[in-house]
Formats: sequence, structure tokens, C-alpha cells
Amino acid sequence: MTTTHDPADELESRLRRLRTAVDAPVAPTGNGAAPDVVADLVAGAFARADADGLVDVAWAVEDSPIGPLTLAATPDGLVTIAFGPEDEVLDALAARVSPRVVHLPRRLDGVRRQLDEYFAGDRRDFDVVLDRRLSRGYRREVLEELSLVPFGQTVTYKDLADRTGHPGASRAVGTAMATNPIPVVVPCHRVLRTGGALGGYGGGLDAKVWLLRHEGALLG
Amino acid sequence: MAVTLPPFQTLLDRHAADLHRFLAASVGPHDGADCFQETVVSAMRAYPDLRHADNLRGWLFTIAHRKVVDHARRSGRRALPVAEPPEVPVPDAAAAADDRVDGELLAAVRALPPKQRTAVVQRYLLDRPYPEVAAAIGCSEDAARQNVRAGLQRLRHDLATEVTA
Repeated sequence: MTTTHDPADELESRLRRLRTAVDAPVAPTGNGAAPDVVADLVAGAFARADADGLVDVAWAVEDSPIGPLTLAATPDGLVTIAFGPEDEVLDALAARVSPRVVHLPRRLDGVRRQLDEYFAGDRRDFDVVLDRRLSRGYRREVLEELSLVPFGQTVTYKDLADRTGHPGASRAVGTAMATNPIPVVVPCHRVLRTGGALGGYGGGLDAKVWLLRHEGALLG
Repeated sequence: MAVTLPPFQTLLDRHAADLHRFLAASVGPHDGADCFQETVVSAMRAYPDLRHADNLRGWLFTIAHRKVVDHARRSGRRALPVAEPPEVPVPDAAAAADDRVDGELLAAVRALPPKQRTAVVQRYLLDRPYPEVAAAIGCSEDAARQNVRAGLQRLRHDLATEVTA
């Protein structure tokens, strides 16, 4: 016997060596890429949870000419479109809607198709059911009014204040725009300052300019 | 009073790989996949009603451990009455993978009683400290240590028996 192994340690190191063995994908794939077993299982589990009505918020990321958009829907409709980092969006949804937030792109297929068409110039209006629960009170009223402003047209903050019967409320309108949970579909990019200055935009001014040019509402 | 729970997605992103390793090690890759999905669905069902977010990993693994217990109960029932000689098992890809690794040891681990099995897998395959082993089983830290010891003892015994048989 040349070994100096303690048999107790030996079993423990044999156990530790099992560690990665059970992780390995068991089926070699033709193209040499390892299938992501865990990701597939997670997707399958979310589909089952969805069938059981357990997904309160489904999200997906959509690439667009104005950057990646994080989309989220509840069973009631599209609840948000966000420019920011995905983590922050999910955290906010967990706090404000429900912690049952999971990646389930299938539930956003319809919206994504319409966004693709819009960005490609093949669609002017969105036919999407909205869940407006993230805006309340006057802000919500303003955003509902804003939804009536058509493709290619612009309004001012003051116009929206007037149309909602609060002529002095331009600042409140500005806040409503800044907190719009569903940009692009609820077109806050179509709102400019009186006199034509661009004003602000949650997705950055470049995005606002892109959208307005895309709609032919801004020349040059 | 209101507890701030992270998005379920974030919780699962953090623990999915370990959860899969735990279940694949405990019940094999095929049944492990079933148990994994059952764990996720059960966890989602209970998630919004959680009263605290102190040890979400432990909570998740407690659910997974229960799936291992259920699985052991089911396969125990299946194994009891054998009217005809069992069919020759089809060597699947998983078994082949087991051969390349330490199939003998893996089989012995999967034959442990569920508490010992969870204890050994959490301790050695997931490299978790005893408080987390305890959380997964839903027992005291002392009981977790005891389950690890008993599991090791049984593995030594089973492996020795096989070698000398």
C-alpha cells in the first residue's frame, strides 16, 4: 500500500467530484453547441405556470432602432415598455404589480409583432390592450388623452392641459409624460414644448428625434 | 409589514443552476427535470404569500427537497410488487454519462433516504454550509450534521458491500 489517503476523505472527495458531472448536458448536439438544459427547463416551467394562471407579469426584450426595449404584460394587457436596464424594470414591476414576474416572451408576441411593423414603417396605429394600472389620477387622464394623438402629429404640453380641462396644468402634464409607463405605444414622443422645442424624453432625446422623424413630424 | 420580494425571475436566475444540480444528483437527470419544473410551479404558487424574504434560497430548496421525498415515495411504491422480472433497463444517455463519472457513487447517493440524500448533496455537491443544509431539509443545524454523517456512513457501507459482493 503506497496510498496515504484517509478513506473518510476519499469518499468526500469522490462526492465533490460528482459536482459538475450532474450538470453536464447528456445529449451531444450535432453542431457542437451544448444545449442549455437549465434554461430549457426554466422556460418549460414558466409555460406550465402560465397554464396554471400563475404568471402575473410576463416580460421580454425587444430590439428596436431606438435601443432594446423591455416589454411587460399582465393578464389585463401591456403594462410597461421600458428603456432602462432590465433589472430595474423587473424590480419596479415586482414592487408595484406582483413579484410573480417571469420571462415569457410568448405572451408578448402580438405586441412585439406590432412594434416590429411600426419600426419598419408598416404600421401607424397600435391595436394593443393596455393595462394602465401604473398611472393614476390626473396623470392617467392625460395619458389617455395623449393616446388620441395620431401618428405623425404633435401637440404641446399646454394642448394636453387644455384638452383635459386643466389649462394651467402644463407642469403636471410634463410629469405625466415623464412617468409614462408605456412609451412608444402611448406616444409621449409626440409632445413638444410650446414654440417647438423638443422637451424631454425618458428614452433620451435621440430616441425622441428618431421617432418624430420616423413619423415625418420632424424635418431635417 | 409589507415584504419586498424580488422578481421571481431574479430569484430563479440566481438559483436555477444549483436547483437543477441538486435535483439531477438526487433523482437522476430525467426525473430531476420533472422535479425541477414541479418545484418552480409550486414555488410560484406560494411566492406572493411569503411573509418574509430572509432565506429565499432555503425556501426554494425546501420545496425541492419535498419533491425528492415525493419522488422517493412514488418510486418506493413502484418498486414494491414485482410480478414479472423487471425489464432490462434501456441504457440511456444519462446512464452513459453516469458511467463516465462515478456512476457507482451516484447510484448509491440516489438510494439514500431523502433527508440523508439532500444533506449529502447540499453539503458536497453544492458545497453549502450547514445552516443552508438545514434550511433545505427544514430541520435544525444539528439534525443536518447528523444527516450528513449518517449519509456518509451509509454510503461507505453500501459501496463496501458492492465491492465485496
